Amino acid sequence: MNWDWQFTFEVVVPRLLAVVPVTIQATVLSFLLALVLGLALMLLRISPLRVISIPAGEIIEFIRGTPLLVQLFFLFFLLPEIGIVLPPLTTGIVGLGIYNAALCAEVYRAGILNVPAGQWEAAKALNLSACRTYRDIIIPQSLPPIVPALGNYFIGIFKETPLLSFLAVAELMHASKLIGSEYYRFTEAVTVAGVFFLVMSLAAAALVRFAEGRIRGRILH
Amino acid sequence: MTGRLMAIAALIAFLLGIVVATFSETRIFMPALLRGAAVTLQVAGLSFLLMVAAALTAGAAKTSPFPPVRWMAGAYIEIFRGTSLLVQLFWFYFVMPEFGVTLPAMAAGVLGIGLNFGAYGAEIVRGAIQSVPKGQREAATALNIKPLHRLVRIVMPQAMIIMVPPMGNLTIEMVKATSVVSAVTLVDITYASVQQNQIHYRTVEIFMVTLVLYYCLSQLIRFSMGVLEARATRHLCTGH
Repeated sequence: MNWDWQFTFEVVVPRLLAVVPVTIQATVLSFLLALVLGLALMLLRISPLRVISIPAGEIIEFIRGTPLLVQLFFLFFLLPEIGIVLPPLTTGIVGLGIYNAALCAEVYRAGILNVPAGQWEAAKALNLSACRTYRDIIIPQSLPPIVPALGNYFIGIFKETPLLSFLAVAELMHASKLIGSEYYRFTEAVTVAGVFFLVMSLAAAALVRFAEGRIRGRILH
Repeated sequence: MTGRLMAIAALIAFLLGIVVATFSETRIFMPALLRGAAVTLQVAGLSFLLMVAAALTAGAAKTSPFPPVRWMAGAYIEIFRGTSLLVQLFWFYFVMPEFGVTLPAMAAGVLGIGLNFGAYGAEIVRGAIQSVPKGQREAATALNIKPLHRLVRIVMPQAMIIMVPPMGNLTIEMVKATSVVSAVTLVDITYASVQQNQIHYRTVEIFMVTLVLYYCLSQLIRFSMGVLEARATRHLCTGH
């Protein structure tokens, strides 16, 4: 084994640091997309009309049952064919967002179903509008189980971003592959990328726990 | 439940039939996709065995009374869960030769996926073992049953019931994750479909076939886990 510290600090670390913002951007934007799309999917899923709720459920099931990478490739090759030309990073964010939206939809649904039926009945008895029922009664009570699960998906998305390197998005894994093939030294490039992921996911986990504590304190005061 | 599964299976078979029948071009790319599917199945099967072995070992070690054993299991779990699967695959395939261990692509893929998901499984196993009531362990000790025997014959069968459903979900995740093995030069179904797409430009058909095959596979796992769960809980009188 010949680990070259000079190469590590002069080439690998600066080049990987330079692409960290792309990874963070991809993570945050796909997470936001997943949150919004997931909410829409969940609303379709719990629709009282079976014509809407059953197909929505099957679509969620299909997205959850197939690999993210294949969905990414599918989007990547399909979109230009139907005339939508997006930069690879955007395609990647959309793909990650759709995949995680299906997961988030199930999390939201579990949270909503967790609210006791009596709360719905009480809201109805008090003649609250649908909007107020959701805003003031149902959603605040459904949040405590939802928030930690969403936090875990945030970390999950972060660890899924290396898949974007298959679409030639210049993120961490892609940069490390490039360094590896340019200098034919994979040892430093891949190991440092691994350390970056470990450090960043531990930091993200700490951040999520902190946010969780704050949100919990806010809701259950 | 079974009715729904059969309906889904029939629908999938019907769709697949339509795809094959409608597009005569499938003749061109189907053989390559099926060869890829065989590789995917092989990787998934071998990784599953490694995943279960790693999860049981590390999960049991995490509940060990000896701190060093717990620390080692903890380090394994944190490292493999914290770094990305793709990084680990690269590490096994491109970095291990630096240490004098050259692995064939299949071995690197199986090791990477099996150990990565084994780390997630270990946490499930640990949780399941710890949720077995303490009295069971104490009773076994009182009856002078040896520690290993106690774990295997008393604690594990009870932990199994709690373990099986999350392990089933993890197995589905693992099968889906096998799609990244093309990073270590294995031509699995995902990579085969990318290659075929570059040759034939039939994006929709090729990727729909691939997606449906993965979907069938994950439904199959869900079904077999249901069967396994029924077996693990067969001696319980739960009233249904």
